[in-house]
Amino acid sequence: MGFDTAYEAISEESDSGHRWAFGTGFSDPLAGVDTTVPAGVDGADLAAYCLMLGDDALIMSHRLQQWLARSPELEEETALANIALDLLGSARLLLTRAGTADGSKRTEDDYAFCRTEREFRNVRMVEAADADFAGLIARLLVFSTWRLALLVRLRESVDPVLAAVAAAGVKETTYHRDYAAQWTIRLGDGTDYSRERMEAGLAEVAPLVDELFAPTAVEERLTGVAVNPALVRPEFDDVLAQVLAAAGLHWPEIAGLAGVSGQAGRDGVHTEAMGYLLAELQSVARAMPGATW
Amino acid sequence: MVTALDEGMLLRAREIAESVPDPELPMLTLADLGILRDVTLTDTQVVVSLTPTYSGCPALAEIRADLARQLAAAGFADVEVRTVLSPPWTSDFISPEGRRKLADAGIAPPRSLPERAAGPVPLTLVARGPVVNCPVCGSGDTVRTAAFSGTACKDLYRCRACAEPFEHVKEI
Repeated sequence: MGFDTAYEAISEESDSGHRWAFGTGFSDPLAGVDTTVPAGVDGADLAAYCLMLGDDALIMSHRLQQWLARSPELEEETALANIALDLLGSARLLLTRAGTADGSKRTEDDYAFCRTEREFRNVRMVEAADADFAGLIARLLVFSTWRLALLVRLRESVDPVLAAVAAAGVKETTYHRDYAAQWTIRLGDGTDYSRERMEAGLAEVAPLVDELFAPTAVEERLTGVAVNPALVRPEFDDVLAQVLAAAGLHWPEIAGLAGVSGQAGRDGVHTEAMGYLLAELQSVARAMPGATW
Repeated sequence: MVTALDEGMLLRAREIAESVPDPELPMLTLADLGILRDVTLTDTQVVVSLTPTYSGCPALAEIRADLARQLAAAGFADVEVRTVLSPPWTSDFISPEGRRKLADAGIAPPRSLPERAAGPVPLTLVARGPVVNCPVCGSGDTVRTAAFSGTACKDLYRCRACAEPFEHVKEI
Protein backbone atom coordinates (compact mmCIF):
# COMPACT_ATOMS: atom_id res chain seq x y z
CA MET A 1 0.00 0.00 0.00
CA GLY A 2 1.61 3.26 -1.07
CA PHE A 3 1.08 6.78 0.23
CA ASP A 4 2.21 10.11 -1.18
CA THR A 5 2.98 11.56 2.23
CA ALA A 6 3.64 10.19 5.67
CA TYR A 7 0.66 12.16 6.94
CA GLU A 8 -1.64 10.37 4.51
CA ALA A 9 -0.43 7.03 5.80
CA ILE A 10 -1.41 7.81 9.35
CA SER A 11 -4.63 9.70 8.71
CA GLU A 12 -7.86 8.11 9.80
CA GLU A 13 -9.25 7.98 6.26
CA SER A 14 -6.54 5.52 5.22
CA ASP A 15 -6.59 3.54 8.42
CA SER A 16 -8.19 0.23 7.66
CA GLY A 17 -7.44 -0.79 11.22
CA HIS A 18 -5.20 -3.56 9.93
CA ARG A 19 -1.81 -2.01 10.36
CA TRP A 20 -1.99 -0.76 13.92
CA ALA A 21 -1.64 -3.11 16.82
CA PHE A 22 -3.89 -0.91 18.92
CA GLY A 23 -6.19 0.66 16.36
CA THR A 24 -7.01 4.18 17.50
CA GLY A 25 -8.25 3.58 21.01
CA PHE A 26 -7.84 1.25 23.93
CA SER A 27 -10.49 -1.27 24.73
CA ASP A 28 -12.18 -1.82 28.07
CA PRO A 29 -10.01 -4.34 29.94
CA LEU A 30 -13.11 -5.70 31.72
CA ALA A 31 -15.22 -6.13 28.56
CA GLY A 32 -17.63 -9.01 29.12
CA VAL A 33 -16.70 -9.44 32.79
CA ASP A 34 -19.60 -9.42 35.26
CA THR A 35 -18.97 -6.28 37.33
CA THR A 36 -22.02 -6.50 39.57
CA VAL A 37 -21.06 -5.47 43.10
CA PRO A 38 -21.64 -8.49 45.40
CA ALA A 39 -24.58 -8.20 47.79
CA GLY A 40 -23.68 -6.55 51.10
CA VAL A 41 -20.57 -4.84 49.70
CA ASP A 42 -20.47 -1.04 49.67
CA GLY A 43 -19.70 0.02 46.09
CA ALA A 44 -18.05 3.31 47.10
CA ASP A 45 -15.73 1.54 49.54
CA LEU A 46 -14.90 -1.14 46.98
CA ALA A 47 -14.06 1.57 44.43
CA ALA A 48 -11.87 3.40 46.97
CA TYR A 49 -9.99 0.17 47.70
CA CYS A 50 -9.47 -0.59 43.99
CA LEU A 51 -8.02 2.91 43.57
CA MET A 52 -5.51 2.28 46.37
CA LEU A 53 -4.18 -0.92 44.79
CA GLY A 54 -4.54 0.44 41.26
CA ASP A 55 -2.69 3.68 42.03
CA ASP A 56 0.15 1.77 43.73
CA ALA A 57 0.61 -0.27 40.54
CA LEU A 58 0.20 2.70 38.18
CA ILE A 59 2.75 4.94 39.89
CA MET A 60 5.27 2.13 40.47
CA SER A 61 4.89 1.17 36.81
CA HIS A 62 5.54 4.76 35.74
CA ARG A 63 8.75 4.93 37.77
CA LEU A 64 9.89 1.62 36.24
CA GLN A 65 9.11 2.91 32.76
CA GLN A 66 11.45 5.82 33.40
CA TRP A 67 14.30 3.30 33.54
CA LEU A 68 13.81 2.37 29.89
CA ALA A 69 16.83 3.36 27.81
CA ARG A 70 18.91 3.96 30.94
CA SER A 71 19.27 0.44 32.36
CA PRO A 72 22.77 -0.94 32.93
CA GLU A 73 22.24 -3.90 30.55
CA LEU A 74 19.76 -4.99 27.89
CA GLU A 75 18.62 -7.93 30.06
CA GLU A 76 17.68 -5.56 32.89
CA GLU A 77 15.97 -3.25 30.43
CA THR A 78 13.65 -6.03 29.27
CA ALA A 79 13.10 -7.19 32.85
CA LEU A 80 12.09 -3.73 34.06
CA ALA A 81 9.91 -3.17 31.00
CA ASN A 82 8.10 -6.45 31.59
CA ILE A 83 7.57 -5.74 35.29
CA ALA A 84 6.27 -2.27 34.43
CA LEU A 85 3.91 -3.83 31.88
CA ASP A 86 2.53 -6.36 34.36
CA LEU A 87 1.88 -3.58 36.86
CA LEU A 88 0.28 -1.35 34.23
CA GLY A 89 -2.03 -4.20 33.23
CA SER A 90 -2.98 -4.73 36.85
CA ALA A 91 -3.57 -0.97 37.29
CA ARG A 92 -5.83 -0.86 34.22
CA LEU A 93 -8.02 -3.66 35.57
CA LEU A 94 -8.21 -2.15 39.06
CA LEU A 95 -8.99 1.40 37.91
CA THR A 96 -11.65 0.06 35.56
CA ARG A 97 -13.08 -1.98 38.42
CA ALA A 98 -13.26 1.21 40.53
CA GLY A 99 -15.40 2.93 37.90
CA THR A 100 -17.81 0.00 37.73
CA ALA A 101 -17.98 -0.52 41.51
CA ASP A 102 -19.18 2.97 42.43
CA GLY A 103 -21.44 3.26 39.39
CA SER A 104 -19.63 6.41 38.21
CA LYS A 105 -18.64 4.67 34.91
CA ARG A 106 -15.31 6.51 35.05
CA THR A 107 -12.73 4.81 32.83
CA GLU A 108 -9.12 3.93 33.51
CA ASP A 109 -8.11 7.05 31.57
CA ASP A 110 -10.41 9.26 33.66
CA TYR A 111 -8.68 8.04 36.78
CA ALA A 112 -5.11 8.06 35.48
CA PHE A 113 -5.19 11.32 33.60
CA CYS A 114 -7.95 13.49 35.05
CA ARG A 115 -7.39 13.37 38.79
CA THR A 116 -5.38 15.84 40.82
CA GLU A 117 -2.55 14.80 43.11
CA ARG A 118 -4.77 14.89 46.21
CA GLU A 119 -7.14 12.38 44.60
CA PHE A 120 -4.49 9.69 44.13
CA ARG A 121 -4.51 6.99 46.81
CA ASN A 122 -1.13 5.28 46.33
CA VAL A 123 1.31 4.81 49.20
CA ARG A 124 4.17 7.32 49.24
CA MET A 125 6.80 4.61 48.80
CA VAL A 126 6.22 4.33 45.05
CA GLU A 127 6.66 8.04 44.32
CA ALA A 128 10.35 8.97 44.41
CA ALA A 129 12.63 8.77 41.37
CA ASP A 130 15.38 6.22 41.98
CA ALA A 131 18.86 7.61 42.56
CA ASP A 132 20.47 4.55 40.97
CA PHE A 133 19.87 0.88 40.09
CA ALA A 134 20.39 -0.29 43.68
CA GLY A 135 17.81 2.24 44.84
CA LEU A 136 15.34 0.82 42.33
CA ILE A 137 16.06 -2.75 43.47
CA ALA A 138 15.51 -1.83 47.13
CA ARG A 139 12.16 -0.20 46.31
CA LEU A 140 11.08 -3.08 44.07
CA LEU A 141 12.02 -5.63 46.73
CA VAL A 142 9.93 -3.89 49.38
CA PHE A 143 7.05 -3.16 47.00
CA SER A 144 6.76 -6.63 45.47
CA THR A 145 7.21 -8.44 48.81
CA TRP A 146 4.41 -6.37 50.34
CA ARG A 147 2.13 -6.59 47.32
CA LEU A 148 2.58 -10.33 46.85
CA ALA A 149 1.63 -10.94 50.50
CA LEU A 150 -1.52 -8.85 49.96
CA LEU A 151 -2.46 -10.48 46.64
CA VAL A 152 -2.08 -14.04 47.95
CA ARG A 153 -4.83 -13.24 50.48
CA LEU A 154 -6.87 -11.12 48.10
CA ARG A 155 -7.47 -14.21 45.91
CA GLU A 156 -10.11 -15.12 48.49
CA SER A 157 -11.94 -11.77 48.19
CA VAL A 158 -15.73 -11.99 47.95
CA ASP A 159 -15.49 -9.60 45.00
CA PRO A 160 -14.86 -11.99 42.10
CA VAL A 161 -13.20 -9.28 39.99
CA LEU A 162 -10.68 -8.39 42.71
CA ALA A 163 -10.09 -12.08 43.37
CA ALA A 164 -9.37 -12.71 39.67
CA VAL A 165 -7.04 -9.70 39.37
CA ALA A 166 -5.21 -10.93 42.48
CA ALA A 167 -4.91 -14.50 41.18
CA ALA A 168 -3.16 -13.32 38.02
CA GLY A 169 -1.12 -10.81 40.03
CA VAL A 170 0.25 -13.48 42.38
CA LYS A 171 1.85 -15.35 39.48
CA GLU A 172 3.38 -12.21 38.01
CA THR A 173 4.50 -10.60 41.28
CA THR A 174 6.29 -13.81 42.29
CA TYR A 175 8.64 -13.20 39.36
CA HIS A 176 9.05 -9.51 40.28
CA ARG A 177 9.97 -10.36 43.87
CA ASP A 178 12.45 -13.06 42.84
CA TYR A 179 14.08 -10.63 40.41
CA ALA A 180 14.50 -7.95 43.09
CA ALA A 181 15.64 -10.48 45.72
CA GLN A 182 18.29 -11.98 43.44
CA TRP A 183 19.67 -8.54 42.59
CA THR A 184 19.65 -7.54 46.27
CA ILE A 185 21.87 -10.53 46.97
CA ARG A 186 24.19 -9.81 44.06
CA LEU A 187 24.63 -6.18 45.06
CA GLY A 188 24.75 -6.77 48.82
CA ASP A 189 27.17 -9.67 48.49
CA GLY A 190 29.14 -8.07 45.64
CA THR A 191 31.82 -5.40 45.93
CA ASP A 192 32.22 -2.86 48.72
CA TYR A 193 30.79 -0.24 46.42
CA SER A 194 27.74 -2.29 45.34
CA ARG A 195 26.98 -3.09 48.99
CA GLU A 196 27.26 0.59 49.88
CA ARG A 197 24.78 1.49 47.13
CA MET A 198 22.38 -1.28 48.20
CA GLU A 199 22.54 -0.07 51.81
CA ALA A 200 21.83 3.47 50.62
CA GLY A 201 18.84 2.18 48.62
CA LEU A 202 17.38 0.42 51.65
CA ALA A 203 17.92 3.53 53.79
CA GLU A 204 16.03 5.58 51.22
CA VAL A 205 12.96 3.33 51.27
CA ALA A 206 12.97 2.32 54.96
CA PRO A 207 11.17 5.44 56.32
CA LEU A 208 8.22 4.70 54.01
CA VAL A 209 7.68 1.07 55.04
CA ASP A 210 5.47 1.50 58.13
CA GLU A 211 2.86 3.27 56.01
CA LEU A 212 2.39 0.08 53.95
CA PHE A 213 0.90 -1.73 56.93
CA ALA A 214 -1.36 0.98 58.35
CA PRO A 215 -4.97 -0.04 57.63
CA THR A 216 -7.36 2.64 56.42
CA ALA A 217 -10.98 2.93 57.53
CA VAL A 218 -12.02 1.64 54.08
CA GLU A 219 -9.96 -1.54 54.45
CA GLU A 220 -11.31 -2.11 57.94
CA ARG A 221 -14.89 -1.75 56.74
CA LEU A 222 -14.38 -4.09 53.75
CA THR A 223 -14.16 -7.31 55.74
CA GLY A 224 -13.93 -10.27 53.40
CA VAL A 225 -13.39 -7.98 50.39
CA ALA A 226 -10.10 -6.24 51.21
CA VAL A 227 -6.99 -7.52 52.96
CA ASN A 228 -6.09 -5.72 56.16
CA PRO A 229 -2.45 -4.79 55.45
CA ALA A 230 -1.51 -5.02 59.13
CA LEU A 231 -1.96 -8.80 58.81
CA VAL A 232 0.80 -9.22 56.23
CA ARG A 233 3.58 -7.56 58.26
CA PRO A 234 4.92 -10.83 59.72
CA GLU A 235 5.21 -12.42 56.26
CA PHE A 236 6.85 -9.26 54.90
CA ASP A 237 9.39 -9.17 57.74
CA ASP A 238 10.14 -12.86 57.29
CA VAL A 239 10.76 -12.62 53.54
CA LEU A 240 12.91 -9.49 53.93
CA ALA A 241 14.94 -11.20 56.65
CA GLN A 242 15.65 -14.18 54.35
CA VAL A 243 16.78 -11.95 51.50
CA LEU A 244 18.90 -9.65 53.66
CA ALA A 245 20.57 -12.59 55.42
CA ALA A 246 21.53 -14.11 52.06
CA ALA A 247 22.81 -10.71 50.93
CA GLY A 248 24.79 -10.03 54.12
CA LEU A 249 22.76 -6.86 54.69
CA HIS A 250 20.89 -5.45 57.66
CA TRP A 251 17.60 -3.63 57.68
CA PRO A 252 18.37 -0.02 58.55
CA GLU A 253 16.82 1.25 61.76
CA ILE A 254 15.37 4.52 60.55
CA ALA A 255 12.26 6.18 61.94
CA GLY A 256 9.18 6.20 59.71
CA LEU A 257 8.34 9.34 57.76
CA ALA A 258 5.40 10.95 59.54
CA GLY A 259 2.33 12.01 57.62
CA VAL A 260 0.90 15.52 57.59
CA SER A 261 -1.54 15.82 60.51
CA GLY A 262 -1.69 12.04 60.50
CA GLN A 263 -2.47 11.85 56.79
CA ALA A 264 -0.33 10.01 54.20
CA GLY A 265 -0.57 8.51 50.71
CA ARG A 266 -3.85 6.66 51.24
CA ASP A 267 -5.43 9.99 52.28
CA GLY A 268 -4.10 11.76 49.20
CA VAL A 269 -1.16 13.43 50.97
CA HIS A 270 1.94 12.72 48.93
CA THR A 271 5.64 13.54 48.76
CA GLU A 272 7.09 16.32 46.64
CA ALA A 273 8.02 13.88 43.88
CA MET A 274 4.38 13.05 43.15
CA GLY A 275 3.49 16.40 41.56
CA TYR A 276 6.39 16.20 39.12
CA LEU A 277 5.55 12.59 38.29
CA LEU A 278 1.90 13.40 37.51
CA ALA A 279 2.88 16.46 35.48
CA GLU A 280 4.72 14.11 33.13
CA LEU A 281 2.25 11.21 33.26
CA GLN A 282 -0.74 13.45 32.50
CA SER A 283 0.87 15.96 30.12
CA VAL A 284 -0.47 14.60 26.83
CA ALA A 285 -3.98 13.94 28.15
CA ARG A 286 -4.15 17.44 29.62
CA ALA A 287 -2.77 19.14 26.51
CA MET A 288 -5.26 17.33 24.26
CA PRO A 289 -8.35 16.47 26.27
CA GLY A 290 -10.31 13.56 24.84
CA ALA A 291 -7.66 12.65 22.29
CA THR A 292 -7.36 9.00 21.32
CA TRP A 293 -4.32 7.29 19.86
CA MET B 1 -34.25 -24.28 18.49
CA VAL B 2 -30.82 -25.33 17.29
CA THR B 3 -30.84 -26.39 13.69
CA ALA B 4 -28.21 -28.26 11.71
CA LEU B 5 -27.48 -25.00 9.95
CA ASP B 6 -26.75 -23.26 13.27
CA GLU B 7 -24.53 -26.15 14.30
CA GLY B 8 -22.57 -25.83 11.09
CA MET B 9 -22.16 -22.08 11.55
CA LEU B 10 -21.05 -22.48 15.13
CA LEU B 11 -18.46 -25.08 14.14
CA ARG B 12 -17.22 -22.78 11.40
CA ALA B 13 -17.00 -19.78 13.76
CA ARG B 14 -15.15 -21.89 16.32
CA GLU B 15 -12.75 -23.21 13.70
CA ILE B 16 -11.91 -19.69 12.58
CA ALA B 17 -11.43 -18.39 16.13
CA GLU B 18 -9.24 -21.37 17.04
CA SER B 19 -6.99 -20.83 14.05
CA VAL B 20 -6.22 -17.13 14.62
CA PRO B 21 -2.46 -16.86 15.26
CA ASP B 22 -1.07 -15.21 18.39
CA PRO B 23 0.63 -11.95 17.36
CA GLU B 24 3.67 -12.43 19.59
CA LEU B 25 4.07 -16.19 19.19
CA PRO B 26 2.75 -16.49 15.62
CA MET B 27 3.63 -20.19 15.38
CA LEU B 28 0.79 -20.78 17.88
CA THR B 29 -2.92 -20.41 17.30
CA LEU B 30 -5.20 -19.10 20.03
CA ALA B 31 -6.28 -22.71 20.60
CA ASP B 32 -2.65 -23.87 20.96
CA LEU B 33 -1.96 -21.06 23.43
CA GLY B 34 -4.99 -22.04 25.48
CA ILE B 35 -6.51 -18.57 25.81
CA LEU B 36 -9.74 -19.35 23.92
CA ARG B 37 -12.40 -20.12 26.51
CA ASP B 38 -15.57 -20.34 24.46
CA VAL B 39 -17.25 -19.52 21.16
CA THR B 40 -21.03 -19.16 21.07
CA LEU B 41 -23.51 -18.09 18.46
CA THR B 42 -26.74 -16.14 18.90
CA ASP B 43 -29.19 -15.16 16.16
CA THR B 44 -27.08 -12.20 15.19
CA GLN B 45 -23.76 -12.44 16.93
CA VAL B 46 -20.63 -14.51 17.50
CA VAL B 47 -19.37 -14.22 21.08
CA VAL B 48 -15.73 -15.20 21.65
CA SER B 49 -14.46 -15.49 25.23
CA LEU B 50 -10.74 -15.07 25.92
CA THR B 51 -8.50 -15.25 28.98
CA PRO B 52 -5.46 -12.93 28.80
CA THR B 53 -2.08 -14.57 29.43
CA TYR B 54 -0.55 -11.78 31.55
CA SER B 55 -2.42 -8.81 33.07
CA GLY B 56 -0.56 -6.36 30.84
CA CYS B 57 -0.32 -8.46 27.69
CA PRO B 58 -0.25 -5.85 24.91
CA ALA B 59 -1.17 -8.43 22.28
CA LEU B 60 -4.73 -8.73 23.56
CA ALA B 61 -5.99 -5.68 21.68
CA GLU B 62 -4.54 -7.03 18.46
CA ILE B 63 -5.98 -10.49 19.09
CA ARG B 64 -9.45 -8.96 19.50
CA ALA B 65 -9.04 -7.06 16.23
CA ASP B 66 -7.73 -10.16 14.42
CA LEU B 67 -10.68 -12.25 15.63
CA ALA B 68 -13.22 -9.66 14.52
CA ARG B 69 -11.54 -9.26 11.14
CA GLN B 70 -11.20 -12.95 10.34
CA LEU B 71 -14.73 -13.77 11.46
CA ALA B 72 -16.04 -10.83 9.44
CA ALA B 73 -14.23 -12.13 6.36
CA ALA B 74 -16.13 -15.43 6.80
CA GLY B 75 -19.46 -13.61 6.96
CA PHE B 76 -19.86 -13.13 10.71
CA ALA B 77 -20.34 -9.38 10.76
CA ASP B 78 -21.22 -8.96 14.42
CA VAL B 79 -18.50 -10.23 16.74
CA GLU B 80 -18.19 -9.60 20.44
CA VAL B 81 -14.99 -10.51 22.28
CA ARG B 82 -15.40 -10.98 26.02
CA THR B 83 -12.72 -11.22 28.68
CA VAL B 84 -12.80 -14.10 31.15
CA LEU B 85 -10.44 -13.41 34.07
CA SER B 86 -11.06 -16.50 36.16
CA PRO B 87 -9.45 -18.98 36.27
CA PRO B 88 -6.27 -17.08 35.30
CA TRP B 89 -4.25 -18.36 32.37
CA THR B 90 -1.46 -20.77 33.18
CA SER B 91 1.28 -22.11 30.92
CA ASP B 92 -0.32 -25.53 31.55
CA PHE B 93 -3.10 -24.39 29.16
CA ILE B 94 -0.67 -24.58 26.20
CA SER B 95 -1.68 -27.67 24.21
CA PRO B 96 0.68 -30.58 23.40
CA GLU B 97 0.47 -29.44 19.78
CA GLY B 98 1.44 -25.92 20.90
CA ARG B 99 4.43 -27.24 22.83
CA ARG B 100 5.65 -29.11 19.76
CA LYS B 101 5.28 -25.99 17.59
CA LEU B 102 7.22 -23.88 20.10
CA ALA B 103 10.09 -26.39 20.17
CA ASP B 104 10.10 -26.54 16.35
CA ALA B 105 10.45 -22.75 16.33
CA GLY B 106 13.45 -22.86 18.68
CA ILE B 107 11.55 -21.79 21.81
CA ALA B 108 11.72 -24.17 24.77
CA PRO B 109 8.16 -24.97 25.87
CA PRO B 110 7.13 -24.58 29.52
CA ARG B 111 7.31 -27.56 31.86
CA SER B 112 4.23 -28.57 33.84
CA LEU B 113 3.59 -26.34 36.79
CA PRO B 114 4.43 -28.12 40.06
CA GLU B 115 1.68 -28.46 42.65
CA ARG B 116 2.22 -25.83 45.31
CA ALA B 117 1.06 -25.94 48.91
CA ALA B 118 -1.26 -23.21 50.19
CA GLY B 119 0.24 -20.34 52.18
CA PRO B 120 2.99 -17.82 51.45
CA VAL B 121 4.72 -18.06 48.06
CA PRO B 122 8.29 -19.33 48.66
CA LEU B 123 11.23 -17.18 47.59
CA THR B 124 13.64 -18.26 44.87
CA LEU B 125 16.96 -16.72 45.90
CA VAL B 126 19.19 -18.48 43.40
CA ALA B 127 18.29 -18.45 39.73
CA ARG B 128 17.81 -22.12 39.02
CA GLY B 129 15.08 -24.66 38.59
CA PRO B 130 14.42 -27.92 36.81
CA VAL B 131 16.40 -28.46 33.64
CA VAL B 132 15.25 -26.70 30.48
CA ASN B 133 16.45 -28.64 27.45
CA CYS B 134 17.98 -26.79 24.53
CA PRO B 135 15.42 -26.75 21.68
CA VAL B 136 18.28 -26.87 19.14
CA CYS B 137 20.50 -29.77 20.30
CA GLY B 138 18.39 -31.22 23.11
CA SER B 139 21.13 -30.89 25.74
CA GLY B 140 20.10 -30.34 29.35
CA ASP B 141 23.30 -28.38 30.02
CA THR B 142 21.69 -24.96 29.81
CA VAL B 143 21.81 -21.82 31.93
CA ARG B 144 19.27 -19.07 32.39
CA THR B 145 20.75 -15.72 31.36
CA ALA B 146 17.79 -13.44 32.11
CA ALA B 147 14.51 -13.79 33.96
CA PHE B 148 12.60 -11.80 31.34
CA SER B 149 12.82 -11.68 27.56
CA GLY B 150 11.28 -9.86 24.61
CA THR B 151 7.80 -10.64 25.93
CA ALA B 152 6.51 -11.05 29.47
CA CYS B 153 5.82 -14.75 28.96
CA LYS B 154 9.40 -15.79 28.18
CA ASP B 155 12.87 -15.82 29.75
CA LEU B 156 16.29 -16.26 28.16
CA TYR B 157 18.62 -19.25 28.26
CA ARG B 158 21.94 -20.27 26.75
CA CYS B 159 22.98 -23.81 25.86
CA ARG B 160 26.44 -24.73 27.14
CA ALA B 161 26.65 -27.69 24.75
CA CYS B 162 25.91 -26.00 21.41
CA ALA B 163 26.36 -22.38 22.61
CA GLU B 164 22.98 -21.37 21.19
CA PRO B 165 20.98 -18.73 23.07
CA PHE B 166 17.25 -19.47 23.17
CA GLU B 167 13.96 -18.35 24.68
CA HIS B 168 11.81 -20.41 27.01
CA VAL B 169 8.13 -19.91 27.82
CA LYS B 170 7.99 -19.41 31.59
CA GLU B 171 5.95 -21.60 33.87
CA ILE B 172 3.27 -19.42 35.39
